[in-house]
Amino acid sequence: MDGSLAGFVRALRLAGVQASTAETIDAARAMALVGFDDRSSLKASLGVVLAKSAEEKSRHDRVFDLYYSLPLLLNDDAQSVASDSERTGDPQIDSVLDLTDGQKGRDALDTALRHAAARAGVDEIRFSSQATFFVRQILDELGIAPLEARLLKLLSETSAKAQAQAKVLDSARDLLQRQARALVEQRFELFGKPATENFMTEVAVRRPIGRMGPPDIERMKVAVARMAKRLSAKHSQRRRIRLHGQLDFRRTLRANAGLDGVPVNLSFKHKRRDKPRLVVVCDVSGSVAAHVRFLLLFLYALHGTVADLRSFGFSHRLQDVAAPLETMPFEDAMDLILREVGGGATDYGQAWVDLRNQHWDCIDRRTTVLVLGDGRSNQTNPRLDIFAELTERAKRVVWLCNEPPVRWGSGDSCMLQYRPLCTHVTHCASASDLERAIDEALQAYA
Amino acid sequence: MKHASNSPGLASIEAITAALASVGYISTRQISTALYLAHHLRKPVLIEGPAGVGKTDLAVSVAKALSFTLLRLQCYEGLDDNKALYEWKYGKQLLYTQILKEKIGHLVDKADSLQSAFGKLTDFQDLFFSRDFLEPRPLLQAMEQPGGSVLLIDEVDKSEESFEALLLEVLADYQVTIPEIGTIRAQVPPLVILTSNNTRELGDALKRRCLHLHIGFPGAELERQVLRARVPDIAELLLRQLVSFVQSLRDENIRKPPSIAESVDWARTLLLLHAPVLDETLVRDTLNVLLKRESDIQEMQGRLAALTQAAVDQSVGSI
Repeated sequence: MDGSLAGFVRALRLAGVQASTAETIDAARAMALVGFDDRSSLKASLGVVLAKSAEEKSRHDRVFDLYYSLPLLLNDDAQSVASDSERTGDPQIDSVLDLTDGQKGRDALDTALRHAAARAGVDEIRFSSQATFFVRQILDELGIAPLEARLLKLLSETSAKAQAQAKVLDSARDLLQRQARALVEQRFELFGKPATENFMTEVAVRRPIGRMGPPDIERMKVAVARMAKRLSAKHSQRRRIRLHGQLDFRRTLRANAGLDGVPVNLSFKHKRRDKPRLVVVCDVSGSVAAHVRFLLLFLYALHGTVADLRSFGFSHRLQDVAAPLETMPFEDAMDLILREVGGGATDYGQAWVDLRNQHWDCIDRRTTVLVLGDGRSNQTNPRLDIFAELTERAKRVVWLCNEPPVRWGSGDSCMLQYRPLCTHVTHCASASDLERAIDEALQAYA
Repeated sequence: MKHASNSPGLASIEAITAALASVGYISTRQISTALYLAHHLRKPVLIEGPAGVGKTDLAVSVAKALSFTLLRLQCYEGLDDNKALYEWKYGKQLLYTQILKEKIGHLVDKADSLQSAFGKLTDFQDLFFSRDFLEPRPLLQAMEQPGGSVLLIDEVDKSEESFEALLLEVLADYQVTIPEIGTIRAQVPPLVILTSNNTRELGDALKRRCLHLHIGFPGAELERQVLRARVPDIAELLLRQLVSFVQSLRDENIRKPPSIAESVDWARTLLLLHAPVLDETLVRDTLNVLLKRESDIQEMQGRLAALTQAAVDQSVGSI
């Protein structure tokens, strides 16, 4: 194995396929077994061993095609620049010229390029602006310096022979340069771009949601899906915890009635954990809309873990927004919700009244209520009495506020009045804050 | 450990495809490669994909093609080691104890001290926890097949996480540990196939130990081959129309797209009705074979005429 597999696995990991060391060893064994003769068999084999979901498979296939392909230009055959008659006599220059000799030099060029690229450390490329630098490095590694020196000398001469020779050297150099560039671009696509992209996503996760541009929002969708997966892996443990040593006497008797009452099969008592039940109440007026988008994106990505999820939006009157979110594509659903529910004068008091009158039965002592809003109620009655009733009724009430604590209580903000009634109030500006808040909310069910 | 019986059907990727074809299972390169690697790397294969694309059928066909014993473990919530690995035959043990009671009294009678009576009993103790009283369940049975076997662990996503942990030892080392007897190693490691419908995400530990094969909906050409193999009597024209109709139906916005099993059922239905070609009324009357949700059927009512027409037109073009 020539280290190509290690590079391939690194490219895979950057593309988001979680291939472990054990799997890499398996891949090496599979490679030895299948061999390199049949490309489609090799691709299928590596796919079977390394990629472990449908999504990972498609990523794997993309990386495979990119990684195990010759850079573009080697594929056309009309690239013969220097034929045998046009050698210079200098062995150092001729060895470089040999590489550009069409079909004959093709395999040698491929090998030489790859080795030069490895020595130049092209796989470390991070930004597209580094491409020129690495192309130069590869050319140097190929030993192009004597050729260039000769070229420079020939260009200053005027004889026809020198001119012809200079032309050959120039086009050979040009060809090598284009080949090297194609290789560097391929490596950038494999290693540089995904690494930069992952870094940008890490940054975006910590950036305040209100200050995000459109490209960040696209990135965030990927990141949120990843975070949701992490959370759901963490919170989907066993629901039944066996209490060792505590015999469930009634069950044991019943199970062994057929065995003459001899207690052969023992049943132990166990504790059942509650499944998380969440009721989300979102202020969807303009100032909070972006946060609502991410909170809901998050919660619906957690679908498997949070089976029992109700979501309501309000600006003036409270509405159940679960139906569009469950049936339509997420973006369309959000647009519809913002159009239909948003756009009234915010009135928290009215929202609590509506919640009590229409949806009170979905809140019980096992429910966690997540409120997302800035608590600015336009000088209307905040109806603290109903809110207090709500906190009595629910297991926990967690308020996620998009404004920093210093602004709570300023102007028409009722945050300071609501705060003592809530189980927990937290400032939620970025996506990582959201992750933490949801994590805490689910923790209560552990 | 002896290598699994060197069946000629597993010698190369092409041999596997051919062996599967001989029992009527049309394999793709992905599928054959996965089986080839599974056999040679001694790894289990986890197959995921929508319902009805032939995941379970693959295991059955492999067993048939290679004439291995098929052992099937259907997973469900609450499945535990008693049902999957082995169980002691409690009833038999109790019965034997009752019968031997007097004998034991007789034996102990002759002992003059408690110490020697106890010593005498210890000699017989293992009697009740020996192989005679052991009821092997599918996982243990698979380990004990002398001629190689296919172990199908069906719908592993239906079981609980704790069951996955139980599988880890069995799948990694092909051995089962019974405290009273010892560790039983597989003479010939079985070819293990796990299937999952993705009702829940399987644990990473299990996934990492398996080869992963995803079987999706087949393309038009593959689907025609499968139908030809499964419903040999169907006319070529009807087959083409049927396949292109089903293919376009999968692109529509429906909850449960028809899979290959439904296509086969539909082909059989049409054959039974002696339909020469597709037409709109025929499709309307038999749509419940393809679509299993009332809401999907309602959704498609308006589009049937157009889809049928497109399928008929396409088949004319291709013949």
